[in-house]
Amino acid sequence: MDALDLARWQFAITTVYHFLFVPITIGMSAIVAGFHTAWVRTHNPQMYRLTKFFGKLFVINFALGLVTGIVQEFQFGMNWSDYSRFVGDIFGAPLAFEALLTFFLESTFLGLWIFGWGRIPEKLHAATMWLVHIGTVMSAYFILAANSFMQNPVGFTFNEKTNRAELTDFVAVLTNKVQLVTFPHVITAAYMTGGAVVMAVALWHLRRPMVGANAPMYRSAARVGAVITLVASLGVIVTGDLQGKVMTEVQPMKMAAAEGLYENQTRAPFSILSIGPLDGSKATRIIEVPGLLSFLGHGSFDAEVKGINPVRDEYQAQFSQGKFTQDATTAYTPNIPTTYWTFRLMMGLGFVGLAIALLVLWGTRKGAAENQLAPKWWHWAAIAAPFMPLFANSFGWIFTEVGRQPWIVHNLMTVQNAVSPRVSAAEVAVSMVIYTLLYAALAVVEVKLFLKYVRLGAEAIPDPDHDADAARDDADAPLAYAY
Amino acid sequence: MSYELLQNLWFLLIAVLWIGYFCLEGFDMGVGMLIGLIGKDKNGDPQETERRKRLMLTTIGPHWDGNEVWLLTAGGATFAAFPHWYATLFAGFYLPLLLILVALILRAMGLEYRGKGDSDTWRRNWDIAIMVGSFLPALLWGVAFANIVNGVPMTGSAPALEYAGTPVLSLLNPLGLIGGLTTLFLFLTHGALFVALKTDGQIRHDARAFALKAGLVTAVCAVIFLGWTNVNTGTALSWALTVLAAVCLLAALAAVKVARDGWAFTGTFVCTALAVASLFVALFPDVMPNSIAGGQPLTIANASSSQYTLQIMTGAAVVFVPIVLGYQIWTYWVFRRRLTTRHIPAAAHY
Repeated sequence: MDALDLARWQFAITTVYHFLFVPITIGMSAIVAGFHTAWVRTHNPQMYRLTKFFGKLFVINFALGLVTGIVQEFQFGMNWSDYSRFVGDIFGAPLAFEALLTFFLESTFLGLWIFGWGRIPEKLHAATMWLVHIGTVMSAYFILAANSFMQNPVGFTFNEKTNRAELTDFVAVLTNKVQLVTFPHVITAAYMTGGAVVMAVALWHLRRPMVGANAPMYRSAARVGAVITLVASLGVIVTGDLQGKVMTEVQPMKMAAAEGLYENQTRAPFSILSIGPLDGSKATRIIEVPGLLSFLGHGSFDAEVKGINPVRDEYQAQFSQGKFTQDATTAYTPNIPTTYWTFRLMMGLGFVGLAIALLVLWGTRKGAAENQLAPKWWHWAAIAAPFMPLFANSFGWIFTEVGRQPWIVHNLMTVQNAVSPRVSAAEVAVSMVIYTLLYAALAVVEVKLFLKYVRLGAEAIPDPDHDADAARDDADAPLAYAY
Repeated sequence: MSYELLQNLWFLLIAVLWIGYFCLEGFDMGVGMLIGLIGKDKNGDPQETERRKRLMLTTIGPHWDGNEVWLLTAGGATFAAFPHWYATLFAGFYLPLLLILVALILRAMGLEYRGKGDSDTWRRNWDIAIMVGSFLPALLWGVAFANIVNGVPMTGSAPALEYAGTPVLSLLNPLGLIGGLTTLFLFLTHGALFVALKTDGQIRHDARAFALKAGLVTAVCAVIFLGWTNVNTGTALSWALTVLAAVCLLAALAAVKVARDGWAFTGTFVCTALAVASLFVALFPDVMPNSIAGGQPLTIANASSSQYTLQIMTGAAVVFVPIVLGYQIWTYWVFRRRLTTRHIPAAAHY
């Protein structure tokens, strides 16, 4: 493998890994803030326990999301320096905005939240977690605006003199039509993921024989998680549908690649499953819905969907001579089996997640008898639930990024022109091995610690200290929280 | 504002971001390194040692993450305002940056995870992660800045210049090493003074005693490093800033002598700011001088973004930098109380 291949793999591995923690952070920060607000408003000790219990799980998860995010910011310059030179004028701004407007907010107020027990007024304390949540959502907005530029470059011009793309309209970059459908899709998916984690953890406790008097607490947490998962998953479906239509318009190759559709076709079908190499030689679709691909792409069952071959020919004619747009390796076609299967896995896992949320809501309904609250299948539902949206997220990103290939910025620069010219394959290989080993080790530590705190349960949390305000004035009392 | 003025303004703002990073993360890296030194109880009581370590980590607990964002913002702002600087620097200093990243990862995980496990092995391993993870950036940032300011070999035609030295080894020249030692000892001193400022009891005295020793080593290293750099590329202003930085450091050590922790910490804080400012003044108007004779440098003018991008960024900076400063200062106010080992609660999960 050369430096280019290694750099691509490195970006793929580190991004997919980073994005396991990101949606949990976004989703859970809102839920923890919600529990915290409920505690402040009602002083119901159950809400206090849920706040601290899920807050601890949130922090364990946040730490890894944070550190793997730093790697991402540095990676553009380290592995993709020619990309950074070419689009830095446009792409750098959202990243700088993200750091200045959101990273400071998240990190400062999370520090206040973690150490704030007994040290700041309780309403303000609950507000700090809401600020963390707002920070995560705004952060997602900026980084997705940067990504949307790569999918559909807008608000720029190519400057012959400086030999790079330059920003002409920042508002256009922030309101890119791809961004306007991608941001709600990613955020609802994040809520779905956070909701599923809360739902699963609470269900698992509800299923334990020793749950006893804590059952109502876990039940309400499970239902909160399930409602969020359900509502968010409906949002994911609606925004995903909108996204499909924008994608078909701006990146026809990606939609064709999602189905493995090689020639233009009206009333194009969508196959649920298929067998075979997906190279266009023969179509062996197992279950096929006529016209569905046309509907996904254009909102009409009869519309014509562009195929891979005509789009490829168009690209070759238009771009193969360009300085930044030549493509020596892929003939302007993404890896079709990858796009085909990740598209289905994304949707399939998402639908399973939705179904689990529905089942959980039914199983925890008011009328359900106590013993019905803990049927056997819950254990499995609990274990499986978070993995559905989590892996759906991963497959969604793999689909949308692989589907963009060979472009790093659609129709503007191919990936092969973007890699750092003087960084050797050995350097990229070394960093790849180090990241992979380190990330793997940290994943083991993180999951173990996460599960340890899941097992401890909310019941391990001591009663809320009603004299917290008094304690604040007692200069000699031990801190409520210390490292 | 004219294009040239905007470019210079962003050079200044990036200097400010690095100053913020070194002044703030400087002390939390120092505290991270010192848990194995100042953290040790002199009587060898393992429980007291553990309380001292936790006390030290708790003083930086609410702040270290916010401090680190100054680095991320410096990185993001360099990307946005000087894409060629970002590209040349990050691709060129590949392996040192990799080491810094690994260190920052281990350090952050250590700070957040150390107290969440039960066994001595768990805590000892994360102690190592925190100490090594604080040590490496404290050393390597000095190495990196010594090389940036004094120039590295670069080939290609400006602004698409590429670092042409041997990976790592070219950076470990004598000046780079003395730069690394300077930041290392400066942050050790700065961290010890933060402990002295934020704690009470025996640990406060130990921190002062350490700061005094480390401060003297810092003074020697800094004089060699900044003097050498100023001889290479300095101006009257960078010399003046260097002298003022030295004065602040000596004033800080004098303040330690008379047990004025607040003044002492302010002294190393201002010293750090002035020393970084002196480096940026020496760097101006280049952003990366070329050490190859006759080679083109990367300059503020040729490395920058377009005027429009700089205008947008300026608007954001004018509005948000004061807001960020406001709430960060407020967190220091919230957690202003001095702590002692008595304040450290018994180890508990919640």
